[in-house]
Amino acid sequence: MKPVASKGNLRFSWQGIFTLLMYGFMYIPILILGIYSFNQSRYGAIWKGFSLTWYQKLMGDERLFLALGDSLKIAICAVAISSVLGTLMAVGLSKYRFLGKSLYVGISYLPLIIPDIAIAVATLVFLASVAIPLSLWTAIAAHMVFCLAYIAIVVSSRLQGLDPNLEEAALDLGATPTQALLKVLIPQLAPAIVSGCLLAFVLSMDDLLISSFTAGGANPLPIEIFSRVKTGIKPDINALSVLLILGSGLIAAFAEYFRHKSERV
Amino acid sequence: MEGGLRPEGRAINLSTIYQGFKSSLRPLGLLGPAGLWLFLLMVLPTILIGELSFVPGLKPGQPILGYGLLNYLRILEPTYLQVLKRSATFATGTTLLCLLLGFPVAYWLALMAPKRWRNLLLVLFILPLWTSSLLRTYAWITLLRPSGVINLVLSTLGLPTQSLMNTPWAVYIGMTYSFLPYMVLILYASLERLDLSLLEAAADLGANPRVAFWRVTVPQTFPGIAAGGLLVFVTSLGDFVVPTLLGGPSSMTISRLIYNQFLGVARNWGFGSALSMVLILMVSAAISLLLKYGDRNPEMYS
Repeated sequence: MKPVASKGNLRFSWQGIFTLLMYGFMYIPILILGIYSFNQSRYGAIWKGFSLTWYQKLMGDERLFLALGDSLKIAICAVAISSVLGTLMAVGLSKYRFLGKSLYVGISYLPLIIPDIAIAVATLVFLASVAIPLSLWTAIAAHMVFCLAYIAIVVSSRLQGLDPNLEEAALDLGATPTQALLKVLIPQLAPAIVSGCLLAFVLSMDDLLISSFTAGGANPLPIEIFSRVKTGIKPDINALSVLLILGSGLIAAFAEYFRHKSERV
Repeated sequence: MEGGLRPEGRAINLSTIYQGFKSSLRPLGLLGPAGLWLFLLMVLPTILIGELSFVPGLKPGQPILGYGLLNYLRILEPTYLQVLKRSATFATGTTLLCLLLGFPVAYWLALMAPKRWRNLLLVLFILPLWTSSLLRTYAWITLLRPSGVINLVLSTLGLPTQSLMNTPWAVYIGMTYSFLPYMVLILYASLERLDLSLLEAAADLGANPRVAFWRVTVPQTFPGIAAGGLLVFVTSLGDFVVPTLLGGPSSMTISRLIYNQFLGVARNWGFGSALSMVLILMVSAAISLLLKYGDRNPEMYS
């Protein structure tokens, strides 16, 4: 393999063709799912004609909307609280040295490293041992753990590229540390905070395992979808997938925009 | 702006105590809430699981009667060892597949694609990560099931149909599909930083492109290969959705086994906790391997 110093012209190479195939591998399943959401036939892969039946059925599906509501409540609450805690944590870690700092940092990485299933059962056992009944609130509390870890990481990486002089200048000019934080540091960090929040939001909306073990009577969307598709293909879930994938595509576009912005400022 | 959490050694003076208190208040305000949350809902529960893993056959709601190693001994039974081995095989196979498929993609994106399109092309490749992993796995059911799209295509072409659904192959396909973008993302970051002058030097010294690739490019990007491999390995080791939806009953993995001990019919919290600890240990072992060997090579060149 010899790297080609490209000057804007596409040259044929086996790596290029292979990459194209891999794009196909990534997108064809999603495309087929989309196509079949318009298929009239309930069973099989044979095309029986264009129809919006499954979308209509979806719109009348109250259970799915309740599940979506639960998911949104969990994700929005968890992300909102975590955005504050995660940002404060990232700022604190960038400013202070203290005994046990590396332990603190290590613990903050745990939610990213330990598999979801292990976190989920540990949280369940913990909540049972302190006799807290499972509800939407316990799910929010459990989601906050990974949300704040992800937000803190995104904000931290932005903090490393910041000019510390600005905040010092604000302090020299008589701002209190809190004013300097709110008026100088936070506005600079805003794009990173937003993109961290979007990432955490998507992860929270996607979470199946942690909710399964901590949500109690609440029934977030991934749990509802999982219990339906366990038994096979459901055409109305095809339709739902298309809508959700479009939605998350939109969120991804926003997140990329903010990430781009945060790198450029 | 340096403030310590530790107050000054022998502060008898009230104002010094107050100063020390005040200077530790800010770091506490910044780091306290998140730290408390992580401690309560991450550290404590994990310690608790560690304790319960030594309680044989604990059922929910039962008091702890005594401690022992029975849960761990049970994992050593052939049935459960088989599950551990299968999980490790799935994770290793997925890691190798992602590396094999991901490296050429990352190579093309980082070194051969038109420069101004690189970022966009990369974002396009990792875009599926933003969509629900559950639904992406579900999409493969449409393709793989007996009456699915792949068999429709095969039978139209007059080829024999395959029953891939509920086989280990379906698990490999599903996991590779789910985690390939991570691998490409990390390898891209690593290949992008590749020092091209080293390759030119190798060519000047008479190395053919293949030799230069194996002796320069691969060692230079080894940290990326190790990090990407670790990420894919750890994620697929703990994956629950793909083996459950695509693997069927024959693809019992450690995460499914843990799930069953808590939410399924088995309901054995002690055994489930022991399995959880084993999973955490496997992940930690993989990470310490990376920390020990992953960073060796870059120092040789820096």
